[in-house]
Amino acid sequence: MAETVHSSFQGKGSDGSKNVIVDTGCANLSSVKFAIQRLGFSATITDNIELIKGADKVILPGVGSAKHAMANIIDKGLVETLQSLTQPVLGFCLGMQLMAESSTEGKSSKEGANDSVIKCLGIIPTIVEPLDAKGKRLPHMGWNTLTSVADHPVLKGISVNDYFYFVHSFAAPISEYTIASCEYGSEFSAVIAKDNYIGCQFHPERSSALGSKIIKNFLELSALELSPKELTAL
Amino acid sequence: MLARRIIPCLDVRDGKVVKGVQFRNHEIIGDIVPLAQKYAQAGADELVFYDITASADGRVVDKSWVSRIAEVIDIPFCVAGGIKSESDAKEILMMGADKISINSPALRDPTLISRLADHFGQQCVVVGIDSFYDKDTGTYQVYQFTGDEKRTQKTGWTTFDWIEKVVSLGAGEIVLNCMNQDGVRQGYDIEQLKQARAACKVPLIASGGAGTMKHFSDVYQQADVDGALAASVFHKGIIPINDLKVYLKSQNIEVRPC
Repeated sequence: MAETVHSSFQGKGSDGSKNVIVDTGCANLSSVKFAIQRLGFSATITDNIELIKGADKVILPGVGSAKHAMANIIDKGLVETLQSLTQPVLGFCLGMQLMAESSTEGKSSKEGANDSVIKCLGIIPTIVEPLDAKGKRLPHMGWNTLTSVADHPVLKGISVNDYFYFVHSFAAPISEYTIASCEYGSEFSAVIAKDNYIGCQFHPERSSALGSKIIKNFLELSALELSPKELTAL
Repeated sequence: MLARRIIPCLDVRDGKVVKGVQFRNHEIIGDIVPLAQKYAQAGADELVFYDITASADGRVVDKSWVSRIAEVIDIPFCVAGGIKSESDAKEILMMGADKISINSPALRDPTLISRLADHFGQQCVVVGIDSFYDKDTGTYQVYQFTGDEKRTQKTGWTTFDWIEKVVSLGAGEIVLNCMNQDGVRQGYDIEQLKQARAACKVPLIASGGAGTMKHFSDVYQQADVDGALAASVFHKGIIPINDLKVYLKSQNIEVRPC
């Protein structure tokens, strides 16, 4: 069972790094923590502002609805903290979507009516919309291939046609912040990045060896590698 | 391209993996964690763990094995059996499962599907359906409490009506277990799965009947299912997952290489 730590790091990684998994109140916190542990690193699950600010790396996980997750983040008073981090930050799935400006989701989004727009963290200037699957079945669930991969330190060793595990019905369109793309009915962002913030639409923690490679790339990268000028958008 | 999924199913009873024939006479196959790890390494795309005693017994079941699985495997997995409420689901998901599958409790209270989808997202709510073909009436009927043969009973639902109902309530995926085929390795029930496919807008997983590699290619090509679940052919080593994927690839079926 995942436990939230409020005041201190549970332990540092073998390299002395302090990694934090933000407790967004969503359910996949332990799988993210286990994935980090399998790589020989450690991470602290927390919603403590000082711990998050003081971390070397911050992971923003998430599953479920943007509405619930944003409500949790607002309740916990984490909005400003998450918006102003300067260390590398990696979002998974909903965690990526929360980095966008807004997410259009609602009960009847399948039918396209009564969608509600949820204001997100506005860290990466993109939006999240219902995935235009062109009649394919939703949710987009399963292993799919990347259709393009930019030169970015977090994607070191990752190539076009590599498989990752996706589970979602909403997606960020292709934009200047897209650093990897996927296709399901239409193309969408598989990974987005801006400065020190990176978000994966798929679940690296559930994407076998290649997913682990992305997590490892992230945990090993230095903040300097993410300076804005070095980012190469597609 | 989205790959078709190959999903070993591990029936769990008292913390051990077991396998029965047509839901009966369970024999112990082995310990859960090493088997889960073995399948993840062998190239399985996903795993399903059915706690087959839970729903039928109505008792509180030790689920700590969920967390032990989440620690060691790096592919998604789903837990089924005994999930009757939001708090049951939350416990399983917090321990690291990616999805929860409900069956008998959804038949007792269909609104549970909507409540789970609202709380945790449609993507992690799987509805398992045990369907039996009644030769006398020529209809497919939904059964419940199939974990215990003494309590197994027919419900008032026909299979395709129930599929449409659960999808309208927010199910994110359907696992259709064709009971007549279960454990006998004579092939998936293509006819039934085709009809289910037509009724089902969300991902559909075939279950029951896999015996040969051709059974897998048939069910993907003829019934257009998103995934195929199987137990004994994997547990008994009749079909190695790698061989199966090489074969499916040769049949032009999109699979993730091992």
